[in-house]
Amino acid sequence: MEPSRSTKFVLYAYGILAILILYLPLVSVGFASVSKARYLTFPIKNYATRWYGKALESSTVADILTTSISIAAIVTVVSMIVGFFGALAFARYQWRFRSLFQKFILIPIFFPQTVLGLALLMWFNAIGIIPTWKTAVVAHLVWISPIATLVIAIRAYSFDPALEEAARDMGATTWQILKEVTIPLLLPGIVSAGLFSFLLSWGNFPLSLFTTGADSTLPEWLYAKMVSGYTPLVPTLGMLSVFASAVILLVALLVPQVIRLARTARRVDQESTN
Amino acid sequence: MERLDKKLGTLSALPILIVLTLSFLAPLIVVAAFSIMPQKVFSLWNIPDFSAYATVVTQGYWKSLAWALGMALASTAVLFVVCWPLAFAMAKVFGRFTLILTIAVVVSLFVSENIRLFGWILTLMKGGLIGGHLKAWFGIDMDGALYNVPVIVFGLVYVYFPFMLFPLAQGISMVPDDARQAAADLGASKWRILWEIDLPLAAPGIVVGSLLSFVLAAGALAESKLLGGQTVIVMADEVETAFTYGQDWPLGSALSMVLIVIIGSMAIFGVSKVDLDAIMGRKR
Repeated sequence: MEPSRSTKFVLYAYGILAILILYLPLVSVGFASVSKARYLTFPIKNYATRWYGKALESSTVADILTTSISIAAIVTVVSMIVGFFGALAFARYQWRFRSLFQKFILIPIFFPQTVLGLALLMWFNAIGIIPTWKTAVVAHLVWISPIATLVIAIRAYSFDPALEEAARDMGATTWQILKEVTIPLLLPGIVSAGLFSFLLSWGNFPLSLFTTGADSTLPEWLYAKMVSGYTPLVPTLGMLSVFASAVILLVALLVPQVIRLARTARRVDQESTN
Repeated sequence: MERLDKKLGTLSALPILIVLTLSFLAPLIVVAAFSIMPQKVFSLWNIPDFSAYATVVTQGYWKSLAWALGMALASTAVLFVVCWPLAFAMAKVFGRFTLILTIAVVVSLFVSENIRLFGWILTLMKGGLIGGHLKAWFGIDMDGALYNVPVIVFGLVYVYFPFMLFPLAQGISMVPDDARQAAADLGASKWRILWEIDLPLAAPGIVVGSLLSFVLAAGALAESKLLGGQTVIVMADEVETAFTYGQDWPLGSALSMVLIVIIGSMAIFGVSKVDLDAIMGRKR
């Protein structure tokens, strides 16, 4: 039942249209970020990049970026560790409450993040912790650690338990199995979970809104300026945030390729000297 | 082996359970506790009453709840119609293009929701990307398309598009080609195949996608605030106002509890219907 050529054409066109609409708002932000005028109107007549210079010089911006990066870095490390073990409990081991555990992990992903943020604020208040960027780390983990678990679990499902059993039969301890078999096999999943965690934390707004206290992350700062007091720095910083994500994504995708290339090159080298 | 599996399973579940207890369960319990405190207090050491809930009922907050749920329902319906052909093509028609589309959609998720909505403001405002160019190139004067209910629904559809698309595509990929082929051979029309084969067999994906987009849209805040201006006030907005301007934590908690109970019960229902092992690809 192959669809006809014309149906196929329409579906491809629809798919491309979907991608274009998905990225259209970023085109607008991109144009706005290089507009020279202080009050923005389209079409843009004079282009200038001075807002980028201003953004990079500003010390407020440097503070905001440091806060965002610190939160994202800690969230990434914790999510990778917690997600790795969580994924084993999710997909690999047959234990009594596995099905219940799987469901419990999913629930936080469904919850409205703004409400969760406020709930966390009250919880911190009740136990006497004053919110700073460190409490925002805890807030981000509600949503990001389950996602990291799911990403690693997908990899863990395709993992053959016989490999671990073989290692055990040959006398390896649980710790050795973890280090020599499980972690290397799940590594691609752990790395993608880390990537997801960093980028989702970097861009998250609703969970940061009430939990950073006096500190401010980049999405929070942008929101505050959007709601009151637009400055041309808004599209500029928005674009810088997008560029940063894109660079991280590209590096993450390219590094394994480069390593693979380097390895094959070395092998070819060794073979030719032999 | 089996006993070891049990021990290791429990042990490896511990770290994330601790994280979620501290960051998810405990805060929800605090919200529930605050919601039965007398109004305008900031500590839990008071005699509980239900005055905050009484305020929720008598002060017309049902309107905000109705707006939130109504717009969530509308955006879910639109999303289903918009995503179905695309999800179908991803599962059955596109080859390599499915991967490209998947990557394009996932990457867009990494851009902060704020920035994307701000982009739509710039695109749709009077003198924005669309309006400004229409005027400059064709001389058509267009008022901005912002600050009304349809544009909020559009924003919800835009932001939650991936949450409908991927579960639907997953659901449709579970419809066996043989069943569709057999129905076609027996002379079923295209619509009949859609109605009697595709929709029922893809039901798990449809349920997950619809629940996920409904629940996320019902708790959304940024769309109505940024794109809608002050046209309508949704429940999440009322919660925020009660906490910030109102300085009334018990009222904010009671309002949150309404959202939490509705969304939580739908989420639990949805999650309990899904066989995660089957969806995520356990080989057995």
